[in-house]
Amino acid sequence: MNGPLRKVSGFIALMMAALLLNITYISVFRTDEMLAEPRNRRVRDAEFAQNRGAILVGNQPIAVTTRSDNGRFPFERSYPQGPTWSSVTGWYSYDFARQELESSYNEELAGTHREQAFSRVIDVLTGRPLQGANISTTLNPGAQAAAVRALGDAQGAAIAMNYTTGEILALASTPTYDPNRLSTTDLGSEREAWQALLNAPDEPLKNRAVREVFPPGSTFKLVTAAAALEAGMTPDTELDAPQSLTLPNSSHTMGNSTNCGGTTVTLRQALETSCNTAFGSLGMDLGAEALTGMAEAFGFNTESPIDLPSVESRFPTELDEAQTALASIGQFDVAATPLQMLMVTSAIANDGALMRPYIVSTVSGRDLKVISAQEPEELSRPLSAANAEALQDMMVSVVTDGTGRPARIDGVEVGGKTGTAQSAPDRPPYAWFVGYAEDPSVAVVAFVQSSETARDDISGGRVAAPIFTAIVEALR
Amino acid sequence: MSVLQQPAATGEVVIHHRRRNVELFLILFAQTFGLAGWVITTLTLNDALPPDLWRVAGIWFAMGIAAHAVVRWRIPWADPLILPLVFLLNGLGLAMIHRLDQIPDPPRTDSATQLLWTGLGVALFIGVLVVLRDHRRLQRYPYLLFIAGLVLLLLPLVPGLGVSAGGAQIWIRLFGFSFQPAEVAKLLLAVAFAAYFYEKRDVLALAGKRVMGIDLPRARDLGPIAVMWLAALAVMVFQNDLGTALLFFGLFTVMIYIATERVAWPILASLMFAVAGFMAYQFTHHVPRRVNAWLDPFSDYDANLQIISAQFGYAWGGLFGRGWGLGRPGLTPLPKSDFIAASLAEELGMVAFLALVMVYALIAARGMKAALTCPDGFGKLLAGGLSFVFALQVFAILGGITRLLPLTGLTTPFMSQGGSSLIANWILVALLLLISHRARMPQAATATPRELTFDDTTAVVER
Repeated sequence: MNGPLRKVSGFIALMMAALLLNITYISVFRTDEMLAEPRNRRVRDAEFAQNRGAILVGNQPIAVTTRSDNGRFPFERSYPQGPTWSSVTGWYSYDFARQELESSYNEELAGTHREQAFSRVIDVLTGRPLQGANISTTLNPGAQAAAVRALGDAQGAAIAMNYTTGEILALASTPTYDPNRLSTTDLGSEREAWQALLNAPDEPLKNRAVREVFPPGSTFKLVTAAAALEAGMTPDTELDAPQSLTLPNSSHTMGNSTNCGGTTVTLRQALETSCNTAFGSLGMDLGAEALTGMAEAFGFNTESPIDLPSVESRFPTELDEAQTALASIGQFDVAATPLQMLMVTSAIANDGALMRPYIVSTVSGRDLKVISAQEPEELSRPLSAANAEALQDMMVSVVTDGTGRPARIDGVEVGGKTGTAQSAPDRPPYAWFVGYAEDPSVAVVAFVQSSETARDDISGGRVAAPIFTAIVEALR
Repeated sequence: MSVLQQPAATGEVVIHHRRRNVELFLILFAQTFGLAGWVITTLTLNDALPPDLWRVAGIWFAMGIAAHAVVRWRIPWADPLILPLVFLLNGLGLAMIHRLDQIPDPPRTDSATQLLWTGLGVALFIGVLVVLRDHRRLQRYPYLLFIAGLVLLLLPLVPGLGVSAGGAQIWIRLFGFSFQPAEVAKLLLAVAFAAYFYEKRDVLALAGKRVMGIDLPRARDLGPIAVMWLAALAVMVFQNDLGTALLFFGLFTVMIYIATERVAWPILASLMFAVAGFMAYQFTHHVPRRVNAWLDPFSDYDANLQIISAQFGYAWGGLFGRGWGLGRPGLTPLPKSDFIAASLAEELGMVAFLALVMVYALIAARGMKAALTCPDGFGKLLAGGLSFVFALQVFAILGGITRLLPLTGLTTPFMSQGGSSLIANWILVALLLLISHRARMPQAATATPRELTFDDTTAVVER
């Protein structure tokens, strides 16, 4: 009987070896994933029991942890000017995870980031409670307040960025909400607030600035114009601008919502009047490939570079001629976040260099030592400096003589582009304005989703441009 | 079938070291682990030593010394490692149950009950050593043991006595204590099988027709045991106790394999198991859920909370654990029974989990060693079967809570809360020690089994 007994012993050894290997596998390969899982209550409770770092604008905290007398949690997160900064801070909630900077910088704020391992060990050895890092932002309180005020109750978004560095100065998505309601340690009212915000008809929890995509409409003509200049055209190149452009292999035609000023216009005039048919035929002349290449150089179809949870903007890659014509005026399947259109504008304003947008400048520990810092970084050069200056010149004339007149500001040189994009026939169109000012060097996108916008291009400017001027005025 | 050769005739005597003093030292050393766990938990959570420290420590070490003393008195040649390993597991289990008792407010007292059961387990262990003295006496009553086992299995179906919990009708309630008779029934049936197989091993292996490479035994040889086996399996499946049924199936397969030395049996059993598993997957609601919880637990977070929470616990504990009383094992449902090893892993770390598997592996290895060196076939069969089923149970439950296998509701031997499992395992250890005593005795003193004296003319011809 010893033969079978030896084989059974071997089988037992195999079973035990399988257990040992599996336990090893779990601890080597599954640990990080399990700790990062937001439903892991062990991690959540531990995070809630420690002193989370603050989010600072200048020296003022916009998210701060205070001691709480609630028995279950020793600390409570609060947001001194909650609604103003909700699109930046997001919330930090026991049951509903976290959002925005609270999410993208969670490890640093909680003090569990790899680079904080040393100070964590020191804290344990000296018996000090664990303290998360503070994060400092590039934001400007005046610009942020102006953006929130100008957007009002509308569903919309506005972002301002220093185009020479990529520092975000203001980032607002409206309607705003009060993150204190979600971060309260009174879990009953926390859940009520979540349900109320989640079911609110104007969807305040969506971040329209960076996590929602919309048809960019006529603001996309900047990309088409950039592609035209890079293809060797000049602002004075003449374009066909028929009353109605027949789309090849299609029963549809493209019309104009503005007066183009003739059936043959220069590129400059076409941009000033936001002439659809001129840009439609221009797009077909340039071809889908040139348009796609330019859109991708501005950041379409690539991962969003900003340090917030955000989504990618789309420019379709398989286009026939009719679709190319539609895409070159920002319709068809083109879908952009307001951040994306801001990147287009700031690359043009910055003489062709696209800077990476960022919100957090430094992460610093309790001893004020900087743990990590972000520096300005050039992402790409979609167009040459000469072409960028030509396009700036055209954008200035959009504001002085064209559809962007509501954006004029006394004493500041301003360039811009309006846009009105159709969403669905039964909904009002989206109003866009992208623009920049020379001094201060700021590029701004203003976007309003639902408003009393008429279906013509001037209307987009009328609704969105005042938001632009409010933000630029606040920065002067 | 080769003829067994006994070493007795050579005149040489193999003498093992008894190692009883080593055993005593190891028992006391192993017991300090559980005790330390209890003390550290109390220090961590209450900032004070346990008020009944000396009394409990006294009872605890007295158990170890008593078990050791009886071994020294009755079975001085027994394996010196098994008992310390068992006290290590039992102590860690007690400490962990006490730690989990502290989670609700006011704290529970399950660990005191468990200590009582441990005492009963040790008493039964001593009882078996004192009363039975020689495992071969069990060989005489296969049918009686079988009927006793079956009656125990059927007890939970008796109205007024049986209690149903968690969808399985496997508990009885007596004098306020609930008890799972299947645990003890498993042991009785294992002994009955070993006795039957040992008696009939030659006819099972040799007499009969050969079909597809398998020597099918004659119906009158295999019939009784097959009937017994199927009856027991049917009762377990009817009671929805699939985990025990699985162990039972494995036990039967291994015993018939060891007895007949025919590899076809485990192969046939694996095929049957695969078919049964497939049928269960197709035709029950219960099994596909378990399989889903195994392969993709995150697809249904709420339903698979238990296995997911255990995974979180491993990650939270990390390599070296949170420390006694500092983890969150209470977040996992059933942390004291099915998932007690996960609770331990969270607080003592994955390294401790690996060590725990090694402790179980060592017990199984020592059991198999007793089987290999035991001079009599019944002892070999019984020790081999018991060690295998012990290892299989450990594999099924530890594999289940680490997502190596689908989860089956089995106890973790010597650690899980629950008296029936504990005392059954203590009796199992008593049997293993008895057999190891026989195996490690100076071999010349071993009685030679009668059937190996070849004074008649019957020759067994191997095919």
